[in-house]
Amino acid sequence: MEKLLKIFSPNFLWGGKQGKGPLYRHMFNYSRLWRSAVMLTALSAILPLLAISWFDYNVTRKAVKAETFSHTSRTVSNTKRTISAFLAERKSALDFIVHDNIYEELIDPVRLAIILKNLRKAFGGITDIGVIDASGQQIAYIGPYSLEGKNYKDQDWFKEIVGKGIFVSDVFLGFRNEPHLVIAISYELPDGTFYILRTSIDTDRLTKQLLNLELGAQGNAFIINTQGVLQTPARHHEKVFEKIAIPVPEYSPKTEVLQYNDPDEGSQVLGYAYIPDTPFILMIVKNKDEMMKSWHKTRFEILIFLSIGILIVMVGIIGFATFFVNNIYIADQRRIKTLHQVEYSNKLASIGRLAAGVAHEINNPLAIINEKSGLIKDIFQLRETYATDEKLIGLVDAIHASVARCGAITKQLLNFARHMDFSFQPVDLKKIIQEVIGFLGREAEYRNIKISVNVSEDIPQFESDRGKLQQVFLNLLNNAFAALSDGGNLDISAILLRDERIRLTVEDTGCGIPEKDLKKIFEPFFSTRTNVGGTGLGLSITYSLIQEIGGTIDVNSTVDVGTRFIITLPLSAKNMKEKNNAPAPRGR
Amino acid sequence: MRLLLVDDEEEFVATLAERLSLRNIAADWVTSAEKAEKMIATKHYDLVLLDVKMPQVGGRELKKIIEKKLPGIKTIYLTGHGSEEDYQAGSAEAEYYLMKPININDLIAKINDALGK
Repeated sequence: MEKLLKIFSPNFLWGGKQGKGPLYRHMFNYSRLWRSAVMLTALSAILPLLAISWFDYNVTRKAVKAETFSHTSRTVSNTKRTISAFLAERKSALDFIVHDNIYEELIDPVRLAIILKNLRKAFGGITDIGVIDASGQQIAYIGPYSLEGKNYKDQDWFKEIVGKGIFVSDVFLGFRNEPHLVIAISYELPDGTFYILRTSIDTDRLTKQLLNLELGAQGNAFIINTQGVLQTPARHHEKVFEKIAIPVPEYSPKTEVLQYNDPDEGSQVLGYAYIPDTPFILMIVKNKDEMMKSWHKTRFEILIFLSIGILIVMVGIIGFATFFVNNIYIADQRRIKTLHQVEYSNKLASIGRLAAGVAHEINNPLAIINEKSGLIKDIFQLRETYATDEKLIGLVDAIHASVARCGAITKQLLNFARHMDFSFQPVDLKKIIQEVIGFLGREAEYRNIKISVNVSEDIPQFESDRGKLQQVFLNLLNNAFAALSDGGNLDISAILLRDERIRLTVEDTGCGIPEKDLKKIFEPFFSTRTNVGGTGLGLSITYSLIQEIGGTIDVNSTVDVGTRFIITLPLSAKNMKEKNNAPAPRGR
Repeated sequence: MRLLLVDDEEEFVATLAERLSLRNIAADWVTSAEKAEKMIATKHYDLVLLDVKMPQVGGRELKKIIEKKLPGIKTIYLTGHGSEEDYQAGSAEAEYYLMKPININDLIAKINDALGK
């Protein structure tokens, strides 16, 4: 979990947990690099995904729309065929009757009644039947109404049938107040005259067929005439014989499907077909949203797929970008740290050279002061007047003491800058440590300081500079002694590392070094003990010596707890050469 | 016992010679190798104190010249520099190698030691 958090909250974004900016942060904008990496990769990955999804979305939408239109068209065509067949059957029946019977038979009420009976039996829904002669006069009639003798000569349908030979009327309410339509057929007699066989059919069966169509909850199937007047009842629609709100679609010999917007019910799909040789137009209206339901589901699935896809891609991109930028950040940090260490080493070397130069120049005048003050003292001691003057003698001694102190500093400075050849010889680490402790043994005893030495037995004799090692230990032990109060502990331990190096720690339970001083302790002249004779050169010399023998030195310290110096030393001269560009010490 | 002090710093060498005289050590002083050669030609010396770094002829070179004329003469090097070169020369070639500023008592002890007293 912590690792996961680390991936999404790397140091380069926030500059580390401590809230401190990384080194040289102003030079590198990792957040911007990270943002650019995420943006560019996301664009190149997500754009194609969006494009494919958009393409798929449109293709599917078009396919579903086309399927909806096609389905409507099929339903309209099938229904049109059914209605056409319904009417054709009845027309054919009338045609058969006029051909099967001679005029005289047809005007015979008995025969006509039998025909009506047979028609009703065969087809049902036949209300009446009548014969009308060429003058428009109803010659015979069998049916519920008293229409015999009625003249139709001036009626439109009579005029129409004279030209066309067949007529199908609009739907109308008969005397029984039920919707009917009339089919009439004319028959030419050999003498050039004609007569008409006319029958009324109720539209109940047509209506039932239309109502039984599977059109969904919002679907609607009905018939209008060419004036837009409803011929059959329609679901959720106007009553029969009312004009529908939709304009009458233009004539087309085949089935058409179009889309229109209903102010109340939204987008609708309208399929229509003109029924040939009739005034009827079959219309099927479906709610588009209802029909596109399957599409809405698909659309939802596409959106879910797209969202999950984008989420996975983004998580991947962010994860990878973070990982790579963090690696760059870590590499840069290492590089910067190394540069920093090189700068630090150069700084130490420059200070060392400068200090040595100053020491050279100061040493001769110092020697002169020393001799002159020595001579003054000599003269004082030889003359009785002054020999007993303690103040004068004290003053000269003070000059001498100060010169001696300056001399000590210049000598150390010259040592610091001295770059002697390496004098490698096999050394026994434990022995060297014991020898150095020997110098300080009496002081340790006197101050009750416990010194423990723990040198791992597997450390072999190794090649190094004995004198420099002694100097290093002496300096570190001197430092520890200065930091320790009476009765403190000093632990020296050494272990062999895997990479042919020795890790040596010198740890005291002394006063510790404040954090602000830790970074400076290896710099020449940095001392917290100047008032008690510290020159500030001990640790810088130690650092320089350790570098010369190919080692490294680090320090950890906590105020009032103690200080630990960690030194690594190469086991062989070869290692030493490799490590000769040792990094600078890090105060922690 | 007679000593010759050779150092280009006149103030230093003159004062040191005076301090030695006050301690009953006869010491002549000169400020260059050339003058030193002249002194050696006229007097016998048991020990020379040579400054390692001097203009023209340095202490190490002068030591060789002196040894030719006074074989067996003892030498103590003095230096205000303490370079590696000086240090090695001092350790290898002379009885003692002292860094300025010196302690007079140390110097006397070294002189006595060098002369086997």
